[in-house]
This record gives sequence, structure tokens and C-alpha cells, in this order.
Amino acid sequence: MSSAVQTEQERSRVRAHRRRQSKNWSLFLLFAGPNILLILAFIYYPLFSNMYYSTLDWRLGSSTATQIGLENYAAFFTSDSGLEVWRVTAIFTAGAVLGSMILGLLIALVLNKKIPGKTAARTAVFSPYVLSGVGVAMVWNFIFDPTRGGLSHILGFFGISSPEWYLNEDWSLFMVIIVYVWKNLGYCAVVFLAGLQSIPKDLIEAATIDRAGPIRRFVSVTLPLLTPTVFFLLVTNILFSMTNAFDILRTMTPTGHGTNTIIFEIYLQSFGAYQRAGYSAAIAVVLFFTLFFITAVQLRFVERKVHYS
Amino acid sequence: MSLTRSRTPKDEAQRRGIAPEQRDPKKQKLSKAERKQMRRGGWLDAFSRQNLADTILTGYLPIFVALIVIVLPLAWMVSSSFKPPSEIVTLNPTLLPQDPTVDNFGNVVDRVPLLTMFGNSIYVTVVGSSIKVLLAVTTAYALVFIKVPGRNFIFLGILVALMVPPEVSMLPNYLTITGLGGRDTLWGIILPGLGTAFGTFLLRQHFMALPKEMFEAAELDGAGHFRKLFQIAAPVSIPAIATVGLVTVVNEWNSFLWPLVITGSAEKMTLPVGLNLLQSVETQAGSYGILMAGAVIVIAPMLIIFAALQKYIVAGLTQGSVK
Repeated sequence: MSSAVQTEQERSRVRAHRRRQSKNWSLFLLFAGPNILLILAFIYYPLFSNMYYSTLDWRLGSSTATQIGLENYAAFFTSDSGLEVWRVTAIFTAGAVLGSMILGLLIALVLNKKIPGKTAARTAVFSPYVLSGVGVAMVWNFIFDPTRGGLSHILGFFGISSPEWYLNEDWSLFMVIIVYVWKNLGYCAVVFLAGLQSIPKDLIEAATIDRAGPIRRFVSVTLPLLTPTVFFLLVTNILFSMTNAFDILRTMTPTGHGTNTIIFEIYLQSFGAYQRAGYSAAIAVVLFFTLFFITAVQLRFVERKVHYS
Repeated sequence: MSLTRSRTPKDEAQRRGIAPEQRDPKKQKLSKAERKQMRRGGWLDAFSRQNLADTILTGYLPIFVALIVIVLPLAWMVSSSFKPPSEIVTLNPTLLPQDPTVDNFGNVVDRVPLLTMFGNSIYVTVVGSSIKVLLAVTTAYALVFIKVPGRNFIFLGILVALMVPPEVSMLPNYLTITGLGGRDTLWGIILPGLGTAFGTFLLRQHFMALPKEMFEAAELDGAGHFRKLFQIAAPVSIPAIATVGLVTVVNEWNSFLWPLVITGSAEKMTLPVGLNLLQSVETQAGSYGILMAGAVIVIAPMLIIFAALQKYIVAGLTQGSVK
């Protein structure tokens, strides 16, 4: 008798639990469902459909496509134009990352001093980072103009004639790196500044008492304690420079002559003159796995190294 | 970034929207007067006789150089946008326009439907950002407070999405949106970007640091999830939501690649795409004034928003760097 009552109670408890569970689920889907659907439809689905498109020889807009297996990948890794994209991407990434990190660190070291007005300076230095890449590139297009630009006037003052920024491929690449660094260095400076301020003052003071000069203090105390910040910036900057630079590249060098990094090539191949959608999809897949690999390396190292304090 | 539920003083500071350099716990113990004294002492130190040379040579001089490099291009842009063509092509340019004119802005309006583009940009930014922020808030709330099995797995799925740059999804999304009839429409520009991983991630971290007691008290009063979200969690998280919102606004306004791909007619373009069009039309040397006027129009709004609300924007954009 009593056991029957117990099971009855148990059953109703289970039922109540199930009811609560399903009520929770419907609430969860109401709150998170739309976002999850959007992410599935516009981030995950493209990721996998790209992998399928990448095996096709297919022109954008054409209704027929031929299966060609991994030929698109082979072409990207072996053809002259594919290797040129890798070369340009490597130079652009290295220049953009090193340039903005070194200049950013120098600015951060200066802003870390106790001087009035440094907050305003920090804001000004960071500001290009939030501006439209297209707008910024238009301004620099004017500055780099070999005959009318501000830079040609400055160089002319020193008796130097302006390089052919737009005609010579190497100068073009150098030019877009300069603009990217200009836009990005404030970000690095602010992150470095936060890293510098987290270094305990007594360590620096102790080094000063031991008669370490400013350079010795920087190399032996500041820099080692700054490695987590350096590592973080290195990774984020590589990721950003591989994906965020499109607006500058496209506005300053519309044809991509000498400046077609991976991201620019994805655009040019599918929406430029060639309309090689399959090839473009293959490059997009390669880009994704490159970024995925870099992030995975970062997560692995960050877990181990960053918690030094 | 630790994914576990934790409440450190830093989380606390972040919750209240305090900038990193103000978090030093030692400073908080000092009274206001003492702090003022200290700060003034620091200022005087910087200008004391033995430090003056150092302050100028390793402080102000490099800052001055950096500011020239950062500010001069923007000043040049503003100044040139008010110059007539004769002052643009001259071999002896001056920093300030000698004969200021607003013709360049009028010319931009003549060449491209500027007001329509400006309106499009505002529409896309406002509608896109509002929906994104709302979705981020509700998703983050669901992930933290609505207990369903597998929600951590769902969160992991959102984290991975954070790693996929929109450029990678460009071609398939182009086909999807074209298939839905969204080519060359404003909703076609907005829709693919609405799923938000960044905002969800940031707000989830933030919600996890909120004190449990707040919600327990509300539950005793019989509050459901809607009331807990909109009357407790959201109001106390205004700084974090503002951070997400402002970062989203900046990104939507500046967004270029997707609107470039999905729009075709000038009437549906956002400002960055329209200005790119303007640049391909205006190829004469004298037309730099017009191009600079266009650049001012796309750059100035963000510069103003940034100047006013830089604390939140910097905090949001440098997220993850300060542990």
C-alpha cells in the first residue's frame, strides 16, 4: 500500500521534473534560439558548403559545375598566382604585425610615464582604430599621390622624389602596410599600456636600486613580464591583419596588383573578373584552417603561460 | 579568460565599468584629498628641475611626434575638404584653406546619392546593432541562467563561431541571400551579420559574475526569467551592454566587404561602398577635395562617438587582453 503511494509520488515528481525541463527548453529556445539559428545559417552552413564548393570547377552564376576533387587546393598551393598570394600575405602580415607592435610598444612606454596629458594622448593614438578603413584609405590615397600628395611635398622639401607608390608593386605593398600600421598601432599601444601597468612597481624599483639602467631594466624586468601581452598581441594582430585589411587594400589598390593577400584573393576570384567560385571557396577553406590553427596554438599556450602572477 | 564561474576584484571592477588603470586596490584605500595630493605630486615631479629634461626628451617629444603622425592626416583631410580645386593642385599647399568653400560637399551630393547612402548607413547600423545587442543579451542570459542539459556544448559552438571571420562565409552567404531575394536590399546587408558570437561571449562572462543573491530574492517574489532578465540582469549590466553596443555600432558603420558584395545600385549602398564608387568616378587630381569631403562624412560620426564614449569602446575592443 505504502509503496504504491511512494511510486505515485515519484511518478509525479518525475512528471514535474519533465514539465520543468521542457518549460526550460522552450524558454531557452525563445531566448537563445534566434541567435543560434542565425549562427548556424550564416556561419556554420557557409563553412561546410564552402568545403563542398571548393571541390568544384564552377563559375559564379553558372548553373553547371564539374567535380574536380582537390584540384583547386593543388592550384592554390602550387600555381604561380597562388604562391604569389602566399608571398604577399606573408610580407603584409609580417610588416603589419611587427610595425604596429614595435611602434605600439614605444608609444606605450612613453605613455606609461607620469606626465600630465597622457590620457588625452592615449585617446588620440587609439582613434584611427575605430575609423572606416575606406575613409582612412581615401585620405592616404591623397597623401601618397606622387604629384599632389602631402608626402610628395614633404619628400620634395628634402630633395627626394616620391616613389611610384601605385605603379610599382613593391612600393604598393609597402604603402598599404604603412596605412594599416597607422590605423592599428593605437590598439597595440593601449594593450601594451595595460600590460605595463600590471607590472608591479617594486620590481622596477628594486632593479633601480641595484643600479640597473633604463635599458637594462627594460630588457631584464619589463620585457619578460610583458611576454604574455606580447604573445596575445602577436596572435590577435596576425588574425586581424589576415582578415580586417580588405577595405584598405581594395580602396588603395582596386586591382590588387601586388597587394592581393588571401582575403583580397577570395574576393577577386569570386566577385572580380574571373568569377572562379570554386577556387575562391577553396582559398576561404584554407584561410579558415589557418586561422583555426593559429587560435588553437594561442589557446594552448595562453593556458600554460599567461598565468604567471 | 576563465570560463569558470568566478568573482575576482577585476570582474567586479569590470562589472562597474571601471577602466583598468583605475583598478589599483592600493589607490582605493587613499582618501580623495590624499589622491589629489599624490596626483599633484606626480605632476610636480614631472616638471621638477632634475626631471624636466627627461620629461621633455623621453615624454613630450615622442608623444608630440606620435600625435603629429596620427592627427596630421586627419587634419589634412578636414582642411582639404574645404579647399577649392586650385588649392588642391597647387605646388605650394597650405595647411589651412586660404579660400574656404563647402562646394566639395555639394559636389559629393551631385555625384552620388549621398543623403540616401548616409540614411542607409544609419539604418543598417541602428537596426543591425539593436537586434544584435538584444540577441546577445537574451542568448547570454539563457546560457547562464536557464538550466538545460547541453548548454555548455551550445556555448562551445558559439565560441567556435567567434573564430570564423565573416569573409570566409562571404560566397555561400551571397548565394543564400540572393536566393532569398535579398540582393541589393538593406535587409540583405543586415541579415547575415545578425548572429552574434562576440556580444554573447562578452555578456555571458559578465552575467556569470553577477551576485546570485539578487536573483534569489527576485525568485522568492515569484519573478520569472523575463522579469529577472529585463528588471535585474540587464539594468545592472548597462556598462557591459553599452560596450557591446558601441563596438557593434563601430563595426556595422565601417563594414565594407559584405555590403560591397551584396549591393549593386547606388541607392542601396552604405557610405563606405558609395565612397568607394565615388573614388572610382573621381580620378582627376583636382577632385581630391571632393574625395576628402566624402572621407569626412564617413569618418566624422565615428570620431565624435569615440571622443564621447571612448572608455566603453576601448574596453570592448581590447577585450581579452587584460586578465
